[in-house]
Amino acid sequence: MSAILESADIDRALKRISHEIIERNHGLESVVLLGIPTRGAFLATRLAQILKSLGNEVPVGTLDITMHRDDLRLRPPRPLLSTLLPPGGIEGKHVVLVDDVLFSGRTIRAALDALGELGRPKTVQLAVLVDRGHRELPIRADYVGKNLPTSSNESVKVSLLEVDGHDSVEITGAR
Amino acid sequence: MKNQLLSINDLSHEDVIAILATATQLEKITTGPTKKLPTLRGRTVVNLFFEDSTRTRISFETAAKRLSADVINFSAKGSSVSKGESLKDTAQTLQAMGADAVVIRHGSSGAAQRLADSGWINATVINAGDGTHEHPTQALLDAYTISKRFPDNNRDFSSLKIAIVGDILHSRVARSNVLLLTMMGAKVTLIAPPTLLPVGVEKWPVNISYDLDAELESFDVVMMLRIQLERMSNYYFPSEREYARRYGLNETRLKRMKKNSIVMHPGPMNRGLEISAASADSARSVIIDQVGNGVVTRMAVLYLLLGGATLSEVLS
Repeated sequence: MSAILESADIDRALKRISHEIIERNHGLESVVLLGIPTRGAFLATRLAQILKSLGNEVPVGTLDITMHRDDLRLRPPRPLLSTLLPPGGIEGKHVVLVDDVLFSGRTIRAALDALGELGRPKTVQLAVLVDRGHRELPIRADYVGKNLPTSSNESVKVSLLEVDGHDSVEITGAR
Repeated sequence: MKNQLLSINDLSHEDVIAILATATQLEKITTGPTKKLPTLRGRTVVNLFFEDSTRTRISFETAAKRLSADVINFSAKGSSVSKGESLKDTAQTLQAMGADAVVIRHGSSGAAQRLADSGWINATVINAGDGTHEHPTQALLDAYTISKRFPDNNRDFSSLKIAIVGDILHSRVARSNVLLLTMMGAKVTLIAPPTLLPVGVEKWPVNISYDLDAELESFDVVMMLRIQLERMSNYYFPSEREYARRYGLNETRLKRMKKNSIVMHPGPMNRGLEISAASADSARSVIIDQVGNGVVTRMAVLYLLLGGATLSEVLS
């Protein structure tokens, strides 16, 4: 097992993503950050904090995708996680979805469906900490912390201070 | 969690917390412009109702439809049951039609258990009220309603005193609620005339009282039960007027209730008998909330029972 990103690297990546979000959206008029629980939600909160330190107040929320997964029938029922929209909602907003790892793309497909239930955003963008390749659907990220070429039998483990007690991104070897 | 819901005894405390937590999230995501979720697409839920019901059947139907399941409503009136078809033949017909879940309401206690244990049917069986035995989803929606009204308790009811008042003898709602509310830690008091208490009630984990006025000020929740006039073939009390005076929730009693306390009723109400119109429509009343909460609670139950892999899918 080897750490690919450490705490400082994650901070740097999130700072860069924050600047890219500002640049791409010409300031932050009607931008909303929506994190996908568990870890995406914490990353969204961190991005909002960085944007705030740069002088921009951005609404942040969470979006649970469980009810829209395409693999529900393959496992026992999963508990639902939190969906919490910011007060202004998402109608007509520029929504930035935030997740930790982009892999098959199925989570994001489910997130797009979940978003459709809640309203009609003007645009949807995607920010991920790690893009590890092996897409199974035509989905790409707009903001990537780190492109990480992996073999499909490896797994990528993102640990965050808020849930795991420390920050790191590791590749654990072939199972 | 077991693959059926026949009694509150089928649920562990953990299961109950999971159901209430799921209902909370479902309520949040179904208050948006689109109330429908795709989760149970392709599953078939049969509402098998041998007894009349308005809110339970509509509530289950709404819950299943919001989760995109196909719903078949079957009521004994106007079906082959009125021609004398047995529960077994009816069940086997539903099995042949590919039902994934059967929600059953029946006048005989134990009918749901019979259906689940018989081997007539592979579907998940959910009890929507069997005779005078149990009505587990009503208890779950009541617990959900209470937890919403007392959010600081964080789904731990050990500081709550709850009165269940009225016809305990015939009430499946009372039986399920006693099991569930005591499991969640609440101190439950049953208040009824001695004739409307079941044999053996002294062994239940509850206090018993014959006097509604004695401790009325101390209850956080007062749950009124319907006087089931259709079951009043024996003379359980001298007159409706006397019952209303001694056990009915009128305005005088409503005013004596504790600050922040709530009034519940599973419906349908006999206004003027067990509950006065003013009490039913007062600010303390959460009776309409109970109906709305029934839908999300039943969605949670359907999701947790049907949303994942079925046994046959896991085995294949």
